[in-house]
Amino acid sequence: MSWRTWSGYRVPLRGVTVRNNEGGDGGTRPVIEVRDVSFRLNGVQVLDRVSFTVKRGDFYALIGPNGGGKTTLLKIILGLLVPEEGTVAVLGQPPERARSRIGYVPQFRTFDFSYPITAREMVLLGRLSRARQIWARYTPADREAADRVLGRLEMADLADRPLSRLSGGEQQRAILARALVGDPEILVLDEPTVYIDAPTEVQFYDLLEDLKKDLTILLVSHDIGVISRHVTRVACLNRTLYTHDSPEITEDMVEAAYHCPVDLIAHGIPHRVLRDHPGKGGA
Amino acid sequence: MMLDLGILSFGFFQNAILAAVLASIACGIIGSLVVVKRMVTVSGGISHAAFGGVGLGYLFSIDPIVGAFLFTVGVALGIGILKERAGQEIDTLIGAVWAAGMAVGVISVSLAPGYAPDLFSYLFGNILLVPPGDIQLMAVFCAVIVAIVATFYLPLQAVTFDEEYARVMNIPVTAISLLLLLLTAVCVVILIRLVGIILVIALLVLPAASVRGFVTRLPAMMASSIVLSLVISLSGLVLSYLWDLPSGATIILLGAAVYAASLPLSRIRTARQGSGTRSGRPLPQQGERGRQ
Repeated sequence: MSWRTWSGYRVPLRGVTVRNNEGGDGGTRPVIEVRDVSFRLNGVQVLDRVSFTVKRGDFYALIGPNGGGKTTLLKIILGLLVPEEGTVAVLGQPPERARSRIGYVPQFRTFDFSYPITAREMVLLGRLSRARQIWARYTPADREAADRVLGRLEMADLADRPLSRLSGGEQQRAILARALVGDPEILVLDEPTVYIDAPTEVQFYDLLEDLKKDLTILLVSHDIGVISRHVTRVACLNRTLYTHDSPEITEDMVEAAYHCPVDLIAHGIPHRVLRDHPGKGGA
Repeated sequence: MMLDLGILSFGFFQNAILAAVLASIACGIIGSLVVVKRMVTVSGGISHAAFGGVGLGYLFSIDPIVGAFLFTVGVALGIGILKERAGQEIDTLIGAVWAAGMAVGVISVSLAPGYAPDLFSYLFGNILLVPPGDIQLMAVFCAVIVAIVATFYLPLQAVTFDEEYARVMNIPVTAISLLLLLLTAVCVVILIRLVGIILVIALLVLPAASVRGFVTRLPAMMASSIVLSLVISLSGLVLSYLWDLPSGATIILLGAAVYAASLPLSRIRTARQGSGTRSGRPLPQQGERGRQ
């Protein structure tokens, strides 16, 4: 069976630059290193000996079905959950120590959007990890950073609008701005586009495309759709992780992670998707 | 300064006004936090459990309001500590604390020697009978609330808005949540004299809930809840005086009426602004939830 028959359709892969930092990073240590992590929730094994490595400059996509443990894994990387087994190192440190250098875009709608808060106030909350004392106020530098990132995301004129009066796409950009305002080295996104419409989604990924020049990105999604054009690495997570930790998706990996959306295969992983498999119909 | 005025034998009416001002400041600030954090039920549990403290006060011959203070602080601490472990069972926990606290009160009062004076006013409040000593206590508590919320405003905002993100920002979320529970307990004690244990939760929550649809920032919500709660309690005071009705219940009914009126008004306001609220509101979350 060739990969083309799994997929149904293909998209042109023009204008795609692949950032393959394999070994080209001056030997720096991995940005995120997950080793043999297992986690159980209410007696259900959510993660089973998951290992993977994110390198500097990666745009790493973790895909997999709902309930496959993606969000749990992100929370472990953020130090919000502690794995039962295994180790996690972020920038060479334990997650709780390193997370101030992570920009986090949580799943949309995990908090109350009718909360009385303006876009600028919300973005400023992303600076709190820099505060020296818990009672500290925002500094002028904090306010400048907030205005800068709001400007960059074309939100400058919406800064004083309450969150409840922003459109879905604007709210999503505000959440992204909050993640970026602390000048993170890593951006972690959890299903960032589930609740926004398709054109907004395209815009959002164009934005990420722009950001990946400066940032290492780890993104979680159950739908590879648009993402695939942008990612440099991909792995499938469904309790266990199916990857060879390489930019290639292999046939057996997809077969193993059966639940992965199959159209990811041809929907434009921007580089080699499968190795040549002579005698299997060619690719 | 207001403190001294309260002690010097002003008439009972001036005392009542002072009590209303202090209570409004406290419940405007804490009520706003309680409403945006959606911890109304927890606050209800804490406030009703306060009756246990009143009862114990009678039993051990200490000032019931001091008993209520100690007891509610203890209950708030207990809920805060157990909350982490309770998880899904938090509703049950609150229900248990709510009823058990009142039961402690009932048994203590029945065991206490002699007659329990003022018991009814602790349960249902009587703004006209607030003793000057209690006004002093209310003023101190009120100052504590203002100072603490002003000091920890940003972490309180972060935790009430998005607890998980606050954790990522290295804010001590558990400690700040506990602080908010303790402030709620303090606020409950301030309000007891005004509307009584049974009705406290309404005064705490109704003004903040009423202004919510009209404000865009938390400080504005606090300020306008203070004003609204003052208007409600003073009008309630006057009405109860004119018509010879129980003051606490009159205040609460006014508050409920204002809240009921605020709902359609805020909807009209939202609609008129042609906001992105509706269009931006997504489908209810399906499938993968935040905490899988």
